[in-house]
Amino acid sequence: MTGPDRTRDTVVEPTIFELGRPGRRGFRLPELDVPALDPAEALGAANVRRAGPDIPDLSEPEAVRHFTRLAELNHHVDRGFYPLGSCTMKYNPKINEDAAALPGFTRLHPEAEERCCQGALSLMYHLSRHLCEISGMDAVTLEPPAGASGELTGMLMIRAYHAARGNPRSKVIVPDSAHGTNPASLTLAGYEAVEIVSDDEGRIDVDELRRVADDETAAIMITNPNTLGVFETHIAEIIEIVHGVGGLVYMDGANLNALLGIVRPGDIGFDVMHFNLHKTFSAPHGGGGPGSGPVGVTAELAPYLPYPVISMDDARPEGRKFHFDYERPESIGKVHGIYGNFLVAVKAYAYILSLGPSGLRRVAENALINANYLQTALRDHYDLPHGDYCQHEFVLSASKQKRHGVRALDIAKRLLDFGVHAPTIYFPLIVKEALMIEPTETESRESLDHFIEVMKAIALESESDPGIVQGAPTATPVSRLDEARAAKDLDVAWKRRNA
Amino acid sequence: MLRSIGASSFDDLLANIPESLRLCGDIDVPGPLSEPELMVHMERLAGLNKVPGEVTSFLGGGIYDHAVPAAVHHITGLPHFYTAYTPYQAEVSQGTLQVIYEFQSLIAELTGMEVANASLYDGATAVAEAALMALGIQRKRRKICVSESVNPAARAVLRTYIAAWGIELVEIPLNGGTTDVAAATDACADAAAVIVQQPNFFGLLEPADALSAAAEEAGALLVASVDPISLGLVRPPAEYGAAIAIGEGQSLGSPVAYGGPLLGFMATTSKHARRMPGRIIGTTVDTEGRRGYVMTLQTREQHIRREKATSNICTNQGLVALAATAYLSILGGTGLRELASHVLAKSHYAAAELSKVPGVKLRFDGPFFREFVIELPVEGSVVKEALTDIGIWPGIKCGCYYRDMDNCLLVSVTEKHSRRDIDSLVSGLAAVLATGEA
Repeated sequence: MTGPDRTRDTVVEPTIFELGRPGRRGFRLPELDVPALDPAEALGAANVRRAGPDIPDLSEPEAVRHFTRLAELNHHVDRGFYPLGSCTMKYNPKINEDAAALPGFTRLHPEAEERCCQGALSLMYHLSRHLCEISGMDAVTLEPPAGASGELTGMLMIRAYHAARGNPRSKVIVPDSAHGTNPASLTLAGYEAVEIVSDDEGRIDVDELRRVADDETAAIMITNPNTLGVFETHIAEIIEIVHGVGGLVYMDGANLNALLGIVRPGDIGFDVMHFNLHKTFSAPHGGGGPGSGPVGVTAELAPYLPYPVISMDDARPEGRKFHFDYERPESIGKVHGIYGNFLVAVKAYAYILSLGPSGLRRVAENALINANYLQTALRDHYDLPHGDYCQHEFVLSASKQKRHGVRALDIAKRLLDFGVHAPTIYFPLIVKEALMIEPTETESRESLDHFIEVMKAIALESESDPGIVQGAPTATPVSRLDEARAAKDLDVAWKRRNA
Repeated sequence: MLRSIGASSFDDLLANIPESLRLCGDIDVPGPLSEPELMVHMERLAGLNKVPGEVTSFLGGGIYDHAVPAAVHHITGLPHFYTAYTPYQAEVSQGTLQVIYEFQSLIAELTGMEVANASLYDGATAVAEAALMALGIQRKRRKICVSESVNPAARAVLRTYIAAWGIELVEIPLNGGTTDVAAATDACADAAAVIVQQPNFFGLLEPADALSAAAEEAGALLVASVDPISLGLVRPPAEYGAAIAIGEGQSLGSPVAYGGPLLGFMATTSKHARRMPGRIIGTTVDTEGRRGYVMTLQTREQHIRREKATSNICTNQGLVALAATAYLSILGGTGLRELASHVLAKSHYAAAELSKVPGVKLRFDGPFFREFVIELPVEGSVVKEALTDIGIWPGIKCGCYYRDMDNCLLVSVTEKHSRRDIDSLVSGLAAVLATGEA
């Protein structure tokens, strides 16, 4: 008997609905040591479910094998290089996972009395202070559960600030290189997006900004370094223009990794910023969450922070020093049901303490060196629309390859065949056929050299045998998937077909 | 490496950052700590928190301490899942994608709805997102009604989200702990949605059919925030006409974790699928006809639609959704029904025993699941403080969230509480009240 060809005859893993047998058990509940009740009697017959839920019964090994087989279909940071631009897919030190798994954190209920959760409060208080120190902001809330939530929180605070001065204003300026969440978040906060085009170097066009900024400008949202991996050289002037019309300056902190220990946004005039703890501070991305998006503000904006705010009061007796402050009359309100993604905060706190001041700066230094090393090695093989030294990431264009019919998408798919995750593609929108590459500081030179070799090989293939690239991937569990069909014949929930 | 870049020093790479903007000196944070030093510090902090084992806790209020099968955290601990990101490259993310598809399917099955999304941050933001979705569907309506029995934190988040849009928010008063149907009927004229919670914040079952009829009469969408464990026994929201079902899924295999990460879920009818916020995973085929999974309906989302997106959400709670999927797989339908019936039996036993304590009575009469409110002869905070001293956390002080409920505690009972745990709460409370410590 010959075995299946690993690359081409992958057996499709059934869904859990196709596994198991009625009555199989993966878990036994504690004995029922009180009298059993008839649900219809206790709840009223009309409130009781008549059938189902139709969830399969699996044994523990069946379930574990199912999820393990699925796991093996994923690319992930522990397996290899993941240069997904703007997402900062750095290696996540294991010690942070151990710290966040301590029962004193995982089993702590959010309604515990303050004197019973001093460890958690201390950690959250100090993490906020460390983020203030790293960013130069005056106050930080940990409540937003993700970066986009942080953006909304920041925008609502900006709205509250202006409203307190008589007019919430109507417009927020965003560069055309911005993340899609920026315009979506400001719209959710009741603002109108005013998009400004970037200049030839991919930076904010200062003259254009001067033209659009007026007394209806509530703020500008800036990613710095921007999504091209370029530092906004004229940032001081930009901030001055916006402040000049009474607007505030928001920093999308997605790219803070490049600035650690080098530039503090608060020092140079930013009023509000969000952090992505899952990017800069190494909390793992979890296959798409949980993230965490704390927001830092200047003292002037601190009254508007979401409630509760954690305070430290040295005058209180030991064991009651840290407490929640709910008396925040000017607060924008709550943005999460509890206090945000606490366990993600634990990992970020552990990460900061592991690295210390010099270690944090080394993160930025190595992120910059790694990105520039790749950019230098690849610029002869791919178009580099913006050719300066980059910060932590850079954007190539596949326009050269496009002449042979090979698109950025094809290059991304071909990379998968070589065991490398693809860069972010078709973003930022201002670069045609964009390939946005962020190596992060945790890659070794060998790993970068391997990526360079693969990228060179794909550039060669694009000329000599474009069909290989266009037909990629071939070494992955499935080949290219039909996205149009998924949207047309919508199937987003399994239905028992033979029922 | 600097040499191959053509730089003579690291500072060359900073050429684009004006020197005047650069930080002089170091940032002032502690560390660096070695692994053993760090763990000593972290264990000390964790040790300052009191958790079950040292105490017997009856705290709930939306975050529940249910038993988690060991296999669940071994599955979420696979680096293939937790060190991957959003499945942007579907061909090397089939594991994550299929898990989310299974998650969506399970949520659809539990709620009886036709479609579900890949998750939201938590049950509270799910309430807010459902309101925004309803406003998007009913474009001419500028009002949202929410029952006062919906989790107070969720109502707070809802207020934050819709404040900037100038949407009118009407809170429907209660009658006997559940939504006043007559008041609801009056309130929901012209509303885009009526939001209720089942079971509600007090654990009580709402008059779902009557509220649904009131919503339908007014042309408002019924949004039901439901508890997934209760759905092992309780009628699913699709059967009483919910247009959008949402909820908090932390109880499905995740620890209480000081309230985060949590797991918001959302399900709706096929008609409204394209109005849902957040990621949605669908099936398709590859070039050779094999079943595969991709992110679909992406034209709703912020990275394509920018300011016109259905929501600003980008990241969801992928790993927590995996925990829920693994949890439900390991429990199975049979296990979930049994679990719900244990929770029902134990919470009713606790309510009956507590109401035998002199001076203590149940605040409300209606049917309840997992949680119930006891009324004391003194302030809840006083009793809670005294019981905390002897290692018992009796429940949540309702006075923090509701007027005229200073003497009330919300008690939550799960399958993890043994009869002995419950009896110790009963005797502890009796002793505290008898000795006048409270």
